[in-house]
Amino acid sequence: MSPRHRQMATEALHENETLASLKSEAESLKGKLEEERAKLHDVELHQVAERVEALGQFVMKTRRTLKGHGNKVLCMDWCKDKRRIVSSSQDGKVIVWDSFTTNKEHAVTMPCTWVMACAYAPSGCAIACGGLDNKCSVYPLTFDKNENMAAKKKSVAMHTNYLSACSFTNSDMQILTASGDGTCALWDVESGQLLQSFHGHGADVLCLDLAPSETGNTFVSGGCDKKAMVWDMRSGQCVQAFETHESDINSVRYYPSGDAFASGSDDATCRLYDLRADREVAIYSKESIIFGASSVDFSLSGRLLFAGYNDYTINVWDVLKGSRVSILFGHENRVSTLRVSPDGTAFCSGSWDHTLRVWA
Amino acid sequence: MHWDRKSMSRRSSTGRNNKIEDIITKMQDDKTGGVPIRTVKSFLSKIPSVVTGTDVVQWLMKNLSIEDPVEAIHLGSLIAAQGYIFPISDHVLTMKDDGTFYRFQAPYFWPSNCWEPENTDYAIYLCKRTMQNKARLELADYEAENLARLQRAFARKWEFIFMQAEAQVKIDRKKDKTERKILDSQERAFWDVHRPVPGCVNTTEMDIRKCRRLKNPQKVKKSVYGVTEESQAQSPVHVLSQPIRKTTKEDIRKQITFLNTQIDRHCLKMSKVAESLIAYTEQYMEYDPLITPAEPSNPWISDDVALWDIEMSKEPSQQRVKRWGFSFDEILKDQVGRDQFLRFLESEFSSENLRFWLAVQDLKKQPLQDVAKRVEEIWQEFLAPGAPSAINLDSHSYEITSQNVKDGGRYTFEDAQEHIYKLMKSDSYARFLRSNAYQDLLLAKKKPESEQGRRTSLEKFTRSVSSLSVAFPHEKSERAEHKACRCLVCLHGWFAMAMWLRTPRSCQGLSEARPLGPPSLHDGLREGSGIPSLSVSFEAWLLCG
Repeated sequence: MSPRHRQMATEALHENETLASLKSEAESLKGKLEEERAKLHDVELHQVAERVEALGQFVMKTRRTLKGHGNKVLCMDWCKDKRRIVSSSQDGKVIVWDSFTTNKEHAVTMPCTWVMACAYAPSGCAIACGGLDNKCSVYPLTFDKNENMAAKKKSVAMHTNYLSACSFTNSDMQILTASGDGTCALWDVESGQLLQSFHGHGADVLCLDLAPSETGNTFVSGGCDKKAMVWDMRSGQCVQAFETHESDINSVRYYPSGDAFASGSDDATCRLYDLRADREVAIYSKESIIFGASSVDFSLSGRLLFAGYNDYTINVWDVLKGSRVSILFGHENRVSTLRVSPDGTAFCSGSWDHTLRVWA
Repeated sequence: MHWDRKSMSRRSSTGRNNKIEDIITKMQDDKTGGVPIRTVKSFLSKIPSVVTGTDVVQWLMKNLSIEDPVEAIHLGSLIAAQGYIFPISDHVLTMKDDGTFYRFQAPYFWPSNCWEPENTDYAIYLCKRTMQNKARLELADYEAENLARLQRAFARKWEFIFMQAEAQVKIDRKKDKTERKILDSQERAFWDVHRPVPGCVNTTEMDIRKCRRLKNPQKVKKSVYGVTEESQAQSPVHVLSQPIRKTTKEDIRKQITFLNTQIDRHCLKMSKVAESLIAYTEQYMEYDPLITPAEPSNPWISDDVALWDIEMSKEPSQQRVKRWGFSFDEILKDQVGRDQFLRFLESEFSSENLRFWLAVQDLKKQPLQDVAKRVEEIWQEFLAPGAPSAINLDSHSYEITSQNVKDGGRYTFEDAQEHIYKLMKSDSYARFLRSNAYQDLLLAKKKPESEQGRRTSLEKFTRSVSSLSVAFPHEKSERAEHKACRCLVCLHGWFAMAMWLRTPRSCQGLSEARPLGPPSLHDGLREGSGIPSLSVSFEAWLLCG
């Protein structure tokens, strides 16, 4: 056959490819990928970690309780100053606190209920939030008592379904959002313009986290399709994907070096995925933990993983050894959000019991 | 409606329900070591089909490998709060580790059946309770209040509700006495879940993001008592419609491309990855305040913000300086580290690389409307022919960059930035770590005993000037240990302070004062500190005399 005939034949073949044949090709590739990855699976993380010294007894307590929300706290974020936080709740209220003194510094009422996402700007001069309004809005923080915070509100992101997560990139000028419409998006705050969109999840995207690198341009997202996906912010392409959870992924967070990330899911487990091995490398679970993990975050060194659960508790995991180090009681309803402070001196949890707690 | 334990098949919507249901089912299985279910003789009657709290807690500990009874009690309470097991003598659904009696809920009433009972059903239930004489069925205060509220709300159709209640009472009367006891309690427990005691958690509340994917998305309301509503109220749940997109050929083709890319990806072996994760964690553990107690203290624990004040000061601690050596990113992340590195580069007349890198970082943070202008500025400053701060790029990278500049987007300099980053990392950064400037900061040792006399006067001086920020790492070290110290910082520090002390100034104007002295000290002076910086290299300082 001449090269031209061969090409035409190939094209014809592709045209005639049925959905079924494509699917079977994809399946066989998945199998091959599994095989390739299995070749590199020479040992388990917890096995290698046996030589690591065990952690001592952990005594962590609630050091601050923030009361003021009138309904379920859904989300919170720390300010870079290591003490201020922003939190949002089901009743539409967004509050900025100096959590060290427990004073409320700002409050704004959103025009919608279920404000599921909020974030503090890197400068500390603004906050972003959104939820059932399908938008992400930015509010500059003003210290002028006479000025109404809501007056300077800027509508930035527009999705076609609820906003589940938002995060400023390393500047006040860009925001990354995740939505129930199955997409993530990067926006220019000033103009509200869409800079890049990220398609690939097969269902609602529930969470995202930016890679901690100084030069990095990637982020990870988790969704109701049980997948965690790593994206290139420049091209909008998915560069890696992980599908080992058995239910919705509610939270994803990078390991401090940026080489791995953890996830928390409705399947009652948390898992660690390494980007260099391109696979799940640890699973954090117990027979007695039967409620979903709603939010996860690492301590500064990456040795501890704090996970908030729908059974009102926070479990502290030894990331390397895979064992649970501690269980923290205190909240009286689901823990919905959890973040370690910027300098790692504490972590904050928010709950459906209307309160936030700072632990150390 | 009638129900019994086996009537409704289990329809689970979420993983969580499956897990609880498995546990609850196992608990009731006598053959495989379930909790002993007994009929207990009490005063004049029998209490059928109960288990004790202790038995439940013991079972949970044994079968779910729970070591701490507190954890088992917590889990038991949650299972009760969800409505799978309930105390027979309490509306409040918790679990106690004692002889309190509990009963298992009928599967018909399990939460996985997507119950969302209407107020009409609740009204019928409360009404029916008032029609019965049994003391155990008397309404609790909150129930009486609820009934009163419902009577007001349903004033117009109360006759209908009353009739339904009467009908239910008739049906109930026909049942066997023992069976009635059980069924009554299960019904009550059902309502304790859906209309909880004020102050108790309502476990039927749902995460709105998950609502629409439950088995009963249309929320076709079924009535507990078989009452059909004329107007079925639409669930107050935010009904979000998202049609499930069918997978297209294009989707699969994309997937195939993706899979092929993944197969070609070079991955590390688990053993390498494990070593890397362990190494990183071990390196940073001393910096992790939740593992290694922070010095002087963790502000959240001691209520003292000294740690944060120290962090804010321009003079970095030894520990902080050490961290800059862990990776190039570390020094770039830390404002103070960046400044030190920049100063070092300036002294070598090679700061354009870092300045370029910083400029590109800044470019990426700009609002869209300012991007084009900044791209041009960066090009002119660093790359254009005759640029004042020309950086050294290989021809290939230069080609790519000059092409990109035509479009002027925020990623114009990505390639160039990557090159410069790698260059700095392998060259300047490595040399900085070996430099005296860095080593001075890093190897800060304790003050020598022989200099104690001079140090004391120094101490006195620094203490008397409260606005003076700590100049030398030594000031923080233990006074108790006096070791001879010949390190450069000690000597350097002493001479610098001596120079500075010779210059007259008012104590108040300290921050504006400029010490007279060698030009290199001026270079090292930072706004507001009034103290010569230690980053000036010792050689340069000595040269200036």
